[in-house]
Amino acid sequence: MTKQTDLKTVAGGGLLDRRIFLKKGVTFSVATLASGSLLASTDKSRDSWMEKPGEPFSNYGEPSEHEKGTIRWTMGNSMAAGNGVSWTPLQDLEGTITPNGLHFERHHNGVPQIDPKKHQLLIHGAVKNQLIFDIDSLLRYPMISRQCFIECGGNSNAGWRDKPIQSEVGYFHGMVSCSEWTGVPLKILLDEAKVRGRAKWVIAEGGDASMMNISIPLEKMMDDCFLALYQNGERVRPENGYPLRLIVPGWEGVVNVKWLRRLHLSSKPTMARNETSKYTELLPSGKSRQFTFVMEAKSLITNPSFGHKLDNKGLYQISGLAWSGRGKIVKVEVSADGGKTWAEAELQEPVQSKCFTRFRMPWEWNGKSAILKSRATDETGYVQPERKALIAERGKHGYFHYNAVVSWKISDKGEISHVYA
Amino acid sequence: MFMRNVCLTILLSLSVNGFAAEKSPNLGRSAPANKIKHWNTDVFPNGKGLPKGKGSAVAGEKVYKKYCISCHGVDGTGDSADELAGAGHTLTDNPPDKIIGTYWPYATTIFDFTKRSMPLNAPGILSNNEVYAVTAYLLYLNDIIKKDAVMDAKTLPKVNMPNKNGFIDIYQQEKKSKQ
Repeated sequence: MTKQTDLKTVAGGGLLDRRIFLKKGVTFSVATLASGSLLASTDKSRDSWMEKPGEPFSNYGEPSEHEKGTIRWTMGNSMAAGNGVSWTPLQDLEGTITPNGLHFERHHNGVPQIDPKKHQLLIHGAVKNQLIFDIDSLLRYPMISRQCFIECGGNSNAGWRDKPIQSEVGYFHGMVSCSEWTGVPLKILLDEAKVRGRAKWVIAEGGDASMMNISIPLEKMMDDCFLALYQNGERVRPENGYPLRLIVPGWEGVVNVKWLRRLHLSSKPTMARNETSKYTELLPSGKSRQFTFVMEAKSLITNPSFGHKLDNKGLYQISGLAWSGRGKIVKVEVSADGGKTWAEAELQEPVQSKCFTRFRMPWEWNGKSAILKSRATDETGYVQPERKALIAERGKHGYFHYNAVVSWKISDKGEISHVYA
Repeated sequence: MFMRNVCLTILLSLSVNGFAAEKSPNLGRSAPANKIKHWNTDVFPNGKGLPKGKGSAVAGEKVYKKYCISCHGVDGTGDSADELAGAGHTLTDNPPDKIIGTYWPYATTIFDFTKRSMPLNAPGILSNNEVYAVTAYLLYLNDIIKKDAVMDAKTLPKVNMPNKNGFIDIYQQEKKSKQ
């Protein structure tokens, strides 16, 4: 058995060699919910639920009643309940796949209740064949499956505020989720429609009450975009675009159009509201960044994080998520001393392009105040910026595309707060 | 290590450029011209897609008071929904005012968005004349056009928006830097 005192320190603040995960007999403490408490177990040979038959089968399973706290927080407009967002509770989840009922939502005017027998997709404009598809037809097309994240361009926008928001990580950074999507490569349908040479953009429109539309470069659509019919093995959920969602891997959520019903091939973008007035980022110069589609590399520690509590000093497993819209994550570094020293975390395989990557790092907390941070590097060499650097470049009024390093302060009592450090 | 390299090579050769060439079962049906005409409401900055109809801020004020004021406030100054007019700050102030008059680069976008998405409680209810009129009213509230100026498919694309040159196309910029 390895003695905990033998564990090799790799950076300040008690970060340990990640190979510790391979050693036997090392026990980790777990950061718990601040409100959580453990009940004493009984000395009887059977727990009470072992003394009678269990529940019968169910047609569609649900989480344990003890996990009812793992929910999306929702925030709708006071005048229009379906205009708003809901967040994925990243602080309560592990692994890389977001359960379908917890995938974040951003709707402009509610979730349409679409009858798939009546839903159609129109491809028109600069194509030789103006085509219409129904869902039953699309289900007969060759499909691919791909795990990828979708992140709202407005995710983490509280980071621009002058004071650090004190909120669970999911209710600050949880407008990002990751699923295995299955559907038809768009290239197959566009080839069938025979795209004309003048086409450079595709304007995608959803079949919701806001008829949300947005322009996407044709070359991206031909490269790796697809029309999802399935999400994590089952048909796409209504709030994620049932019956058909456009998946644009690595690009901001708003171009991943839900309830897709129309693709308009065009030589120019339409300059819709959501590519001019919104989803553009005002710079200190007064000019604004437009068509900033790619979600740059980002990482954050999900455990321990705000709302968790460290009950005693000792060995903990730091766990978090990293992702990049430009490809694979190649490195996540963790700091336990506010960024003075860093050490490389273990990346959970498989590491996939434009997909959540789970990282983990062993850490021995000495019971004193500490600041935890994580920093992602993607395969293009891009390194997640510190907040100061991001603000120096973009100012504070861009609203969208905030991807700075996140810092959690652990007090000597084990309480966790969000800090700018 | 050798096996690992072999596996990597196979993986890479499969994943180059996304999709393998798949054959289409060709199940798309020819779209009737009438359907395309009804479904395609996209409006472009050059006026392409703008329908027949017209309206001025005089008529638009009535439309605004009937359908818009409950969320966007008196004179477009904002409430539960976005501020649309009455900027107190420029784009370089702290905080900046990002409204139609200071931020929106194209007048045609107001028409397109209002027609497709507004009002939230009854989207699509406004006639083309009403959308032209309320668009004119919003431009008038932002001191961009006069109250009696008539907006239609010809005049709306010609409206000179103050922030029309305020945007940097990051997608094109990145593409060029890679070339």
